[in-house]
Amino acid sequence: MSVLTPKTRAEIERQRDRYPHARSAVLPSLWAVQHQLGYLSPEGMKEVAELLRLTPSEVEAVASFYSMYFDRPGGRHHVLVCVNVSCALRGAEEIVSHLESRLGCPSGGTTADGAFTWEHTVECLGACGGAPAMQVDHHFQENLTPERVDAILDGVRGAPAAEGPAGRPHRSSGSAAQRAS
Amino acid sequence: MAEYKLLTKDFGMDGIQTLAVYERIGGYEGLRKALRSMTPDELVAEVKTSGIRGRGGAGFPTGMKWSFLPKDVHPRYLCVNADESEPGCFKDRALIDENPHQLIEGTLIAAYAIQAPIAFIYIRGEYHDQRLLLERCVEEARAAGYVGRDILGSDFSCDIIVHGGAGAYICGEETALIDSLEGFRGQPRLKPPFPAVKGLYGKPTVVNNVETLSNLPHIVLRGGAWFASVGAEKSTGTRLFCCSGHINRPGTYEMQLGTPIRELLEDECRGIWKGRSLKAFQPGGGSMQVLLPEHLDLPLEMDAVQRAGSALGAGAMVFMDETTCMVDVSMRLVDFYQHESCGKCAPCREGTYFESELMHRLEAGALTPAELSTLTDICDNMNGKCFCPLGDTATWFVMSAYQAFRGEFEEHCGAGGCPVKRRHAAMAVA
Ligand SMILES: Cc1cc2nc3c(=O)[nH]c(=O)nc-3n(C[C@H](O)[C@H](O)[C@H](O)COP(=O)(O)O)c2cc1C
Ligand code: SF4
Ligand code: FES
Repeated sequence: MSVLTPKTRAEIERQRDRYPHARSAVLPSLWAVQHQLGYLSPEGMKEVAELLRLTPSEVEAVASFYSMYFDRPGGRHHVLVCVNVSCALRGAEEIVSHLESRLGCPSGGTTADGAFTWEHTVECLGACGGAPAMQVDHHFQENLTPERVDAILDGVRGAPAAEGPAGRPHRSSGSAAQRAS
Repeated sequence: MAEYKLLTKDFGMDGIQTLAVYERIGGYEGLRKALRSMTPDELVAEVKTSGIRGRGGAGFPTGMKWSFLPKDVHPRYLCVNADESEPGCFKDRALIDENPHQLIEGTLIAAYAIQAPIAFIYIRGEYHDQRLLLERCVEEARAAGYVGRDILGSDFSCDIIVHGGAGAYICGEETALIDSLEGFRGQPRLKPPFPAVKGLYGKPTVVNNVETLSNLPHIVLRGGAWFASVGAEKSTGTRLFCCSGHINRPGTYEMQLGTPIRELLEDECRGIWKGRSLKAFQPGGGSMQVLLPEHLDLPLEMDAVQRAGSALGAGAMVFMDETTCMVDVSMRLVDFYQHESCGKCAPCREGTYFESELMHRLEAGALTPAELSTLTDICDNMNGKCFCPLGDTATWFVMSAYQAFRGEFEEHCGAGGCPVKRRHAAMAVA
């Protein structure tokens, strides 16, 4: 039984045929799976492996290296807050503690109503000119204040999950090296 | 001297993200000129004349890099490095958001110069909207005959594939980028062989930064000699400087190379915020060494900044005011490298872990002076001993800050908290 919809499988095949070598389509295929399921399930990765003629462990080894793939389901919306230097200099910690109290769970957690999974990240998001910054469902939100954060969250809470990013971050505090093991 | 707008000239123009508007302002004329009146070799020579050096960090001359490709080995590939993840950097995102066709035109010109039938744009996963924008623009360009078979009636064909990453800073390193693009974990490869000889799918490959390529339409249209007359002698042209931190007007400013850093800070960034004074700044992104107010008169020139003990790197300027704790800043950067270490080599994998652990205890005021003295040992065991530059650069800021602000580091030992933050909180109350 396929867990992937015909649409997702077709997208993986389209990606596979775009590249000189099918294996190059691993990352785009994993994005397609996460787009459908909200995270990468073992069954989903197995199907990617079949379509790209790889072994499931080859696909899993790739998936576990990259921090944006989720290994379990999460909230309908995903919030990622930058705490690297430029954001920290302009109040990122205040945004982090505001989110913690407003959403009622620590970084990496999901709200009780399943609306949000949020985490802070040491990876600079490339929005330092609008620091402090975050991404909500992959869209940049900049020049944050606690009030602006509230308005943004209220705006997306009722909205349907956006393309792709919904899901829960996996091992968000680990380094890539730890992700490797 | 104000901003010098070459790449950013049309930023903010209504509809610039569409082909129609880009063509109306002369877009794709550079590509047309290259295809109609220049051989690939002449194009490489023109780019050499321009003196342009790579904008991705290392500053390697672009024309020279192209000429390293072995003769008669095909296919060759072009990889556009849009993985921009250097802390403090956001210029490539601006170049994509504000003028995507300029990048696509530059990409096609470079692909023609090196005779690549496919160009891959590797864009970091977080730039989701930017990836969609580029995909749309590539399709627009394809429909108009700029991408695909026999471009503009020439016998040159080139496809562009936009490839999204998935969250890994190391994939900006060119060999890790190639690994990732081939569908593997993105870990650096041993050099030599260099990508120019053996890169993507084992074929000769050029990796160039978004900003480097965005310059090419201008170099082709106005000539290499003209380009070389802009900027400084060994740092020609302009660069986009990403300015952030404690300044009044953060943003991306395009400056002629050679302009004093002070002008960037005072005229464009409008000085340090809240009437405070500058304590330190970082001129090249998270990887580069700290500089001090006395360095503000240095020119924005690659070699001059290097002689002062740092580098322009990827063009990020992070300014810190007098209330900034240098231990806290160092800790955040070390955390970043620890998180992004790919795990391939021990000095970096283990070293960044020790560094991070030590810096957290120092910032919390829980380290002894004896323990602090091991910081230098840890960094000595990393710098120059790692498989790729990530591990080396994981020591550069913290070591330079330790040297320049030794008293501040020592003051943290056994302080039971951050003495700098405590001091400024007390000042705020008084
Ligand atoms: C750890 C690391 C990360 C890098 N990240 C980037 C990046 O995000 N973008 C980039 O263009 N170059 C990056 N580079 C530099 C590339 O390896 C390569 O030199 C550059 O893309 C070449 O392009 P250029 O010659 O046009 O500058 C990075 C290098 C290292 C060591
Ligand atoms: S220095 Fe770090 S990032 Fe580079 S190869 Fe070694 S572990 Fe990987
Ligand atoms: S430091 Fe937060 S976006 Fe760059």
